[in-house]
Amino acid sequence: MTDRIEQRINSLNKRLNSEKRFRIYCIGAMSFALAWVLILFLNIFSSGYSAFYRTVIQVDVPFLNLIEDTTQFSEMSSEDINNLSMYSFSKKAIYRLFPDIEEKKDKKMLIRLFSIEFEQEIREFLKSNKSNINEAETIYLTASDDVDQVNKGNYPRDLDEDKRRIKDIQLLFFDDLVDRGLVSYEFNLPFLMRGDSREPELAGVGGSIVGSLFTILVVLILSFPIGIFAAIYLEEFAPKNKVTDFIEININNLAAVPSIVFGLLGLGIILNTFGLPRSTPLVGGIVLSLMTLPTIIIATRASLRAVPPSIREGALAVGATKMQAVMHHVVPVAMPGALTGTIIGLAQALGETAPLLLIGMVAFVVDVPQTPLDASASLPVQVYLWSESAERGYVEKTSATIMMLLGFLILMNLAAVLIRRKFETKW
Amino acid sequence: MGFILISLIILIGITSYFLGNLRAKNLRTSNQKNLKSLSHYYGYYVALWAVVPALLILLMITSFKSFFIEQYVLSDFIALGSYTETELSLLFTQIENTAMGIKLFDENTILIDGAVNKLNYINKTSENLTYVTVLGFSGLLVLYSIFNINHKLNSRKIVEKFLIVLYFTCSLVAIMTTVGIIFSLLYETLRFFSQVPITDFLFGLNWSPQRVFVREAGDLDTRDLANAFGAVPLFAGTFLIALIAMCVSVPVGLLTAIYMSEYASPKVRDWAKPIIEILAGIPTVVYGFFAALTVAPLVRDIGQGAGLTVSSESALAAGFVMGIMIIPFISSLSDDVIKSVPQSLREGSYAMGATKRETIVKVLLPAALPGIVGSFLLAVSRAIGETMIVVMAAGLNAKLTANPLDAATTITTQIVVILIGDQEFDSPKTQSAFALGLTLFVVTLALNFIALQVVKKYTERYD
Repeated sequence: MTDRIEQRINSLNKRLNSEKRFRIYCIGAMSFALAWVLILFLNIFSSGYSAFYRTVIQVDVPFLNLIEDTTQFSEMSSEDINNLSMYSFSKKAIYRLFPDIEEKKDKKMLIRLFSIEFEQEIREFLKSNKSNINEAETIYLTASDDVDQVNKGNYPRDLDEDKRRIKDIQLLFFDDLVDRGLVSYEFNLPFLMRGDSREPELAGVGGSIVGSLFTILVVLILSFPIGIFAAIYLEEFAPKNKVTDFIEININNLAAVPSIVFGLLGLGIILNTFGLPRSTPLVGGIVLSLMTLPTIIIATRASLRAVPPSIREGALAVGATKMQAVMHHVVPVAMPGALTGTIIGLAQALGETAPLLLIGMVAFVVDVPQTPLDASASLPVQVYLWSESAERGYVEKTSATIMMLLGFLILMNLAAVLIRRKFETKW
Repeated sequence: MGFILISLIILIGITSYFLGNLRAKNLRTSNQKNLKSLSHYYGYYVALWAVVPALLILLMITSFKSFFIEQYVLSDFIALGSYTETELSLLFTQIENTAMGIKLFDENTILIDGAVNKLNYINKTSENLTYVTVLGFSGLLVLYSIFNINHKLNSRKIVEKFLIVLYFTCSLVAIMTTVGIIFSLLYETLRFFSQVPITDFLFGLNWSPQRVFVREAGDLDTRDLANAFGAVPLFAGTFLIALIAMCVSVPVGLLTAIYMSEYASPKVRDWAKPIIEILAGIPTVVYGFFAALTVAPLVRDIGQGAGLTVSSESALAAGFVMGIMIIPFISSLSDDVIKSVPQSLREGSYAMGATKRETIVKVLLPAALPGIVGSFLLAVSRAIGETMIVVMAAGLNAKLTANPLDAATTITTQIVVILIGDQEFDSPKTQSAFALGLTLFVVTLALNFIALQVVKKYTERYD
C-alpha cells in the first residue's frame, strides 16, 4: 500500500519537476531571443558611436609665405584661389610642426599623419575666410584614418611594426603632437555631408542618405496610390470571379517571393528591356515599390474590411452611389490603417539591399546625387560596401551607418504606431 | 523638361476643373433645367479629358523618342552599311558625349560633326514638338469636353467608370509583376539551357562559372560548360545553412511562443513580444555585418580553441545568425496559432489533472500542429531566399560539403556574385544566375503553397 503511495508521489514529483524544467526551457528560449536583440544593438552602438567624431590636428599655416600681403586674398575670386599652387606650401606648413626633421623619408611619414586632402582643406579655409586672413592662421586639419583610429584607441599599438599600418616614427610624431596639445576631436560633420571615398577619414554617408531618400520618395509616389487603389478595387468593387481570385493569389505569392528575385526582375525587365538608367534611385524605387506593394495592399484591405458595414449602408441609404459611399465615407475611415501599412512597407524598402545590388546601386559614388536619375548608393548598400573594405576606419563607419539606418527605421515605425494610436477608431 | 511639362498639364487640369464646373452651373441656371449630375462632376469630367490623354501621349512620346532620335542621327552611318548594331549604339553614345562637350575621338570627323549637329537640332526640335503636341492636344480636348456638356450628359457615371477602370488597372500591377518575374527569369533561363543541358545544371557537382568567364566566349567547349554549371554544391550549401538556421530558430521560436501564450503575464507579453519582433524589422544587411564581423571570428576562435579547423566564413556562423533573424517569424505565427486553440481544450486537460507542460505538449501542440508546421515552412522559405547574411558571411566559392565549420555557398550568394558589377548578357555565366533565380522562385513558391495547404487542410475546427 505504502509502496504504491510512494510510487504515486514519486511520479507526481517527476511530473512536477519536468513541469519546472519545461518552464525554465521556455524562459531560457525567450531570454536567448531577447539577449540577441541586446547583443546586436550593443555591438553596433559600441563600435559605431566613435564615427561621429573625428581627430583633427592643429597646424599653423603662415599665409604670408604664399603672398606678400594677406589682404590681397579678399580681392581674389574662388577661381583664383583654386588656381593658386598650394601643394608645397601646404606641405611646408606641416613640416613646421617638426622643424628638426631633415630626412625626406621622415617628412613623408609626417605628411601621412594627415588625410590626403590637406591641401584642399587649407584651400577651403582660405576661400571661406578670405576677407580676414592674418599672416598666420591656425587650421584644424583632418588626421589620416590610421591616426584617427589610434587616437580613438581602436587600433592596437603593440603589434610588430611591419604588421601595423602606422609606423613607429609616426607614433612618435603623434605622441609628441598629443603632448603639445595639438590633437583634438571635433564633431564629424563631413561624415554626414559627404559622399563615399576611398579614404576612410574622408568617406561620408551624405550621398547614400540622399540616395535612400530619393529611393523612398519614388517608392512612396508609386506604391502608395497604386496600392491603395488596388486595395479599394479588390475589397469594394471586385466581382467574385476568376480574375479577382487570380489577382489575390498573385498578391499573396508576391509577398513571399525572396527580395533578390525582384532584383532579377529589375535587371531583366526594367534595365534591359525598358532601358532605364542603371544604378539610379529611380530604378531602385521602382523595384522596391513592386516589392512593397503586397504589404500595402494587404494592410489597406484589412483596414477597409474593418470599417463597419453600417457606415457604408448609411451612405447608400441617403442616396450616395457606391463610389461616393466608398470614397467619401469608407476610405477616410480606413486611411490610418492604410498609412500605417504604407509606412511599414516603406521601412521594409528602406532596409532592403539585395535587389539594389543587382540593379547596380553598388556603384562607388563620390558625389552626392542631385536628382533620382543620378547614380547613387543607399544606406544599406553603403553598409555592404564598407563592410567589404579592409581598412579599420570603415568598421566604425559601417556601424555608424547602421545606427543611422536603424534610427530612421525606428522613427518610421514610431510614426506608424502613433498614427494608429491617434487616428484609429474602435467600433 | 518632363517636370515642367507635367506641371503644366496638371495646371491645365485644375483650371479645366473650374471651367467645367462653371459651365455646368451656368447651364443649370440659364435653362432652369436640372443636370444629370452635380456640377463638380462636370469639372472632373473636363479635367480628366485634359489630363489623362495628354499624359498617355507624353508617355508614348518619351518611350519611342530615343529610338527615332537614334535612327535619325545615325542615318548617315546606317547608309554606309558597314556598322553592326552594337557598334552603332556605341557610336551613338560617343556622339552624345561629343554633343555634351566630351571629345573622345577624332576619326570620321565630318560624319561625326554632322551627326552631332543633327543630334543637337533634333533634341531641340523634339522638345518643342513634344510641348506643342501634348499641350495642344490637352487644350483641344478641354474645348471638346466643355462643349460636350449638356443636360443629357451624365458626367458622374463617366467619372466613376474611369475611377473603376483606374482601380482595376492598379490591381493588375500584381499580376504584371508576377508575369514580369516569370518572363524575365524564363527568358534568360531558356537561353542558358540551350547551351547547358538542364540535367548538368540540376545534378552536376562542380560549380565554377568564373572559368567560362575567363575564356573567350568563342572557344567554349561544351564539356567545359557542363563541368562549370553543376548547381548541386549550391543546393547543398543552401540546405546546410537553412538547416543550421532552423536548428536555432525552431526550438527557440517555438518555446518562446509557448512561453508567450501560456506562461507569460500580460505585462511581460506586452514588453517581450515587440522587442522580439524588432529582430524581424532589422535589415538583413545588419545581420550580415554582425555575422561577418562578430559571430564568424567568435565561432572561429572557439573552434580553434577546441582544436578544430574552422573556416572564417563558416556555414555555422551564417546559419546561426540567420536562425536568430528567423526567430520572430516562428514565434509570432506559432504564438497566434497556440493562442487560438479553444480554452475548453486547456480546461478539459487541467480537469483531468494534467500539468501545464502535459497540457501543452499533449493537447495544445497537437491541436496547433498544422499552423506550427506552416510557420516552419514559411521560415524555411525565408531562410532559403535570404541573401545579405550569406553574401557577407558565407563563402563565395562553391564546394560540396556537409561540414558546418567549412565555408559553404548558397544560391542567393552566387546570384549576387555573378550579377554584381558589369554583366555581359550573352554569356552563360550571367544567364546561369537567372536559372538559379528561377530555381529559388519555384522552390519558395512551392514551400509557401505547401504551407498554406497544410494550414488549410489539417486545421481542425473546434466550435
